[in-house]
Amino acid sequence: MVEIIIDGKTIKVKEGITILQAAESVGIKIPHLCYHKSLSPMSSCRICLVEVEGARTLVASCSYLVSEGMKVKTDTERVLNARRLAIDLLLSNHPQDCLTCEKNGACKLQEYAYELGITSTSFEGEKTQYPPDTSNPFIERDYSKCILCGRCVKICEEIQVLSITDFANRGFETKISTFYDSPLQETDCTFCGQCVAVCPVGALTEKVRRFKAREWELKKVTTICSYCGCGCTFDLNVKDNEVIKVTSTEGGINGLALCVKGRFGFDFINNPARLKTPLIRQNTKNKSHEAEFKEVSWEEALSLVAERFKEIKDKYGPDKIAGIASARCTSEENYLFQKFMRAVIGTNNVDHCARLCHAATVAGLATAFGSGAMTNSIDEIKYADCILVTGSNTTECHPIISLKIKQAVKNGAKLIVADPRRIELVEWADVYLRFKSGTDVAWLNGMMNVIINENLLDEKFIEERCEGFDEFKAAVMEYSPEKTEEITGIPANDLIKAARIYATAEKASIIYSMGITQHTNGTNNVFSIANLAMLTGNIGRESTGVNPLRGQNNVQGACDMGALPIFFPGYQKVTDLQVRTKFEEAWGVKLSEVPGFTMMQMLNEAGKEIKAMYIMGENLMLSVPDLIQAEKALKALDFLVVQDIFLTETAKLADVILPAVSFAEKNGTFTNTERRVQLVRQAINPIGQSRTDSAIIIDLANIMGYKMHYDDAKSIMEEIAKLTPSYGGISYERLEREGGLQWPCPDPTHPGTKFLHKDKFTGGKGKFHPVKYRPPAEEPDEEYPFRLTTGRMLYHYHGCSMTRRSKGLDEICKEGYIEINPQDATSLGINDGDLIVVSSRRGSIKIKAKITDKVTQKEVFIPFHFVESAANVLTNTALDPIAKIPELKVCAVNISL
Amino acid sequence: MSEECKCAEVREEIPEEQWAKIDEIIKNNKNKPGVLIPILEQVQQVTGFLPAKVQRRIAEGLNIPPSLVYGVVTFYSFFTMVPIGRHLIKVCLGTACYVKRSDEILEKIKQQLNVDVGGMTEDSRYSLEGVRCVGACGLAPVVIVDNDTYGAVEPVKVMEIIDKYE
Repeated sequence: MVEIIIDGKTIKVKEGITILQAAESVGIKIPHLCYHKSLSPMSSCRICLVEVEGARTLVASCSYLVSEGMKVKTDTERVLNARRLAIDLLLSNHPQDCLTCEKNGACKLQEYAYELGITSTSFEGEKTQYPPDTSNPFIERDYSKCILCGRCVKICEEIQVLSITDFANRGFETKISTFYDSPLQETDCTFCGQCVAVCPVGALTEKVRRFKAREWELKKVTTICSYCGCGCTFDLNVKDNEVIKVTSTEGGINGLALCVKGRFGFDFINNPARLKTPLIRQNTKNKSHEAEFKEVSWEEALSLVAERFKEIKDKYGPDKIAGIASARCTSEENYLFQKFMRAVIGTNNVDHCARLCHAATVAGLATAFGSGAMTNSIDEIKYADCILVTGSNTTECHPIISLKIKQAVKNGAKLIVADPRRIELVEWADVYLRFKSGTDVAWLNGMMNVIINENLLDEKFIEERCEGFDEFKAAVMEYSPEKTEEITGIPANDLIKAARIYATAEKASIIYSMGITQHTNGTNNVFSIANLAMLTGNIGRESTGVNPLRGQNNVQGACDMGALPIFFPGYQKVTDLQVRTKFEEAWGVKLSEVPGFTMMQMLNEAGKEIKAMYIMGENLMLSVPDLIQAEKALKALDFLVVQDIFLTETAKLADVILPAVSFAEKNGTFTNTERRVQLVRQAINPIGQSRTDSAIIIDLANIMGYKMHYDDAKSIMEEIAKLTPSYGGISYERLEREGGLQWPCPDPTHPGTKFLHKDKFTGGKGKFHPVKYRPPAEEPDEEYPFRLTTGRMLYHYHGCSMTRRSKGLDEICKEGYIEINPQDATSLGINDGDLIVVSSRRGSIKIKAKITDKVTQKEVFIPFHFVESAANVLTNTALDPIAKIPELKVCAVNISL
Repeated sequence: MSEECKCAEVREEIPEEQWAKIDEIIKNNKNKPGVLIPILEQVQQVTGFLPAKVQRRIAEGLNIPPSLVYGVVTFYSFFTMVPIGRHLIKVCLGTACYVKRSDEILEKIKQQLNVDVGGMTEDSRYSLEGVRCVGACGLAPVVIVDNDTYGAVEPVKVMEIIDKYE
């Protein structure tokens, strides 16, 4: 600690901080433009100048460090004059159009001019004449307003780690410029808008908010993003029941950072196409896509649903009805949904989209470790020494987590990327393992073979904390680097290099996603990952672990809440009598002990074992494999209820459509990928007559004769906490106060769990599983010579019900594409942009070719978002025998012009 | 600016042996601090100018953002992003030369050679630049061709000087 005197006040502050930080710590405000507390100082704006006794000149307080006995004055006439001059000079090259400037009221230049009493500039002269850049759908750059503070350059360098722009030219000509001054959309810019977030003036603004609201008219509501599983915190900025823009808060797991979907993909909320009234199908007999729906009252719609459900239940039994919950709804709503299915309908037939993404993780990790969730926390990634990323295109699918990976690499961490596609992270990697898709077990075994042979394993860890090592070792011994190369195509030397890097790192973290799970051997892949972490003792410590990245905002929560056919909330088995008795007492009804159907079983049995379905917030007609069969299945149902915010492809097949609300119109919680339960807060009133999913479920339950009553989302969480041990200590009061809690959090005094399996695995001992390579269910052959892999891309999300109804996202990426290797394209005579036909044994689609070496020869990639060229028409329904997850990642296709 | 550069690229392909030299320069200087400016200088000696693809190659070679390379290239007037002809004509537009009508000299050359300031003639023979004071005000107006300085140049006679350079 050092003692300094600042404006006559003696204070003790930490050594090594700046004068500005010291001043702020005691509430003394020093104006500044280029400095931002989340960025390293640039000391260029000369606004934060202060007087330090003994110093020859005024010093920049943003970078000048405090020292013992320092005497600082922040508001002498000399200081104020210097600031006035700096502001005056900035105003000399700045338009005075504050009347219509979007930044009016939040502009730092305006604020300081006001505080220093500068009414106009005293230096009339030439002004910057660069025309504004309005060419992309998200960010407008008005050069005339730019004060060249450099914050946008700095944040792109330090937080987004892209450095898209820098200062170009010299003197008066200086401007913030991309490489060769090209428009942002022609650079690697991902439109995260971090630059907009830190611009102190009106130079960078959100395009969509133009002329919609002045800053002081906006009500800010802090909530959680409804896209991927990162769980970013942001503020919805609202005026007249419309979300005008999204701003980052500097809090949460993301700080200032957001991705393009989070920051600019919000306008689906107020999209005119939102469902506003309940709808009932008119032409029930012939279910075509051009179905006719009639607008009806809630009363009419809900009584029809209740009546039909009762009828089917009475006629065929409760197990003939199935429900799909939603990873996009709150945990409270998912809790109510499974409670409705179990207590009101009387069946365990409840599942959700986790079946399509991480069912293999839930099954695999629960068996290996005793808990099926991400072991460590997002922020810990930054401090790992080695990161192994496999089957996760993190940059596009979990953008904020990819920033942590890049920051780690910048800090010296080694990065290993194992992926059939040359994804963006490969550019950051020390080793890139490109394997033939579907050969995951082989290369993982190969890596462990090297680790064992070179004696790089953690014997003490294996001895003390694991079991089943010998059997596992025997299985791995077959996979010499040479044999592995034969199966996977990874050069033996690269594999050895990767094995050494991973095994010798002090803290090594594995990050994976659907590239691992969406296979017929998905659970085996997960076992292999778990084996690798245990073999090297990289689990149960900070910045290590096995970290499956969950795909949707609340897919973790939906799993936690028991929207799964074999679990009550908190992964308590429906087959366990004690557990069942607890829930029977709490819910006041007899509950079924028979495990329910998984999602793919429901579809297979539609019209046979399943007569009716209730689907909440899930667009199955884009997300499940073999869409042609899926459509037939849904059409074969006697009765289908879809509850959604838009008329999705799935809703079009429904008998009754119930209009629900978006995340902006409800309270509740989302649990992100790192098990963090966070509060979702209502920002606007429901659109039209739409209602929250909880309100709909509660009404439906009551109409069906089951008494269900909750005052609000908070009281639902109280019930959840009582029945779910891992959520036992979670309450809205704590979430409000502590800003998020990571389960397990068993009691009100428990601080939550940053990383799992410390000292002891949740399930006792860690279990090694001997697994062998098995090829995918469908391999390329003469008829279908290409291997198709599917996935997501940055600008769209899942079934696109939200992103394609967001103007900017739809504009920047309107249609699907198939990535094809240049050599394959040449031999087939395909040019970039050609419309080609892709077919599999299940169906065929027309899609535009995108020629790129991102994919290797004989492999092609299609993002699954686009209905006009739906990848899932082609994909295979073959299932992993344990997790029942379909093999969405590999199937064989043919390509023709 | 970018359009100009693109057409320059078409006109001035970088030959293979120059690429090899560029890579050599990058390799020899890599991992030394503050190395970007010396590299740009050496590369420009090889290629004569620094078009987009050369800047990109340097950025990739040094593993630094292309925007940073571009920033440095555009900051220093010594660096050029357009190709330079066999002979570089500089007309001083400093105060002393200007009052001695150097603007007319510049205009004359532009017309006669059909070239803009900052540009190169179709036959790659000349590049033309307007420069600020070259420190030879006593000789105003001054024209410099390559390393030769000419003083008291008259607009009507300037082409005689320039024609000497093949």
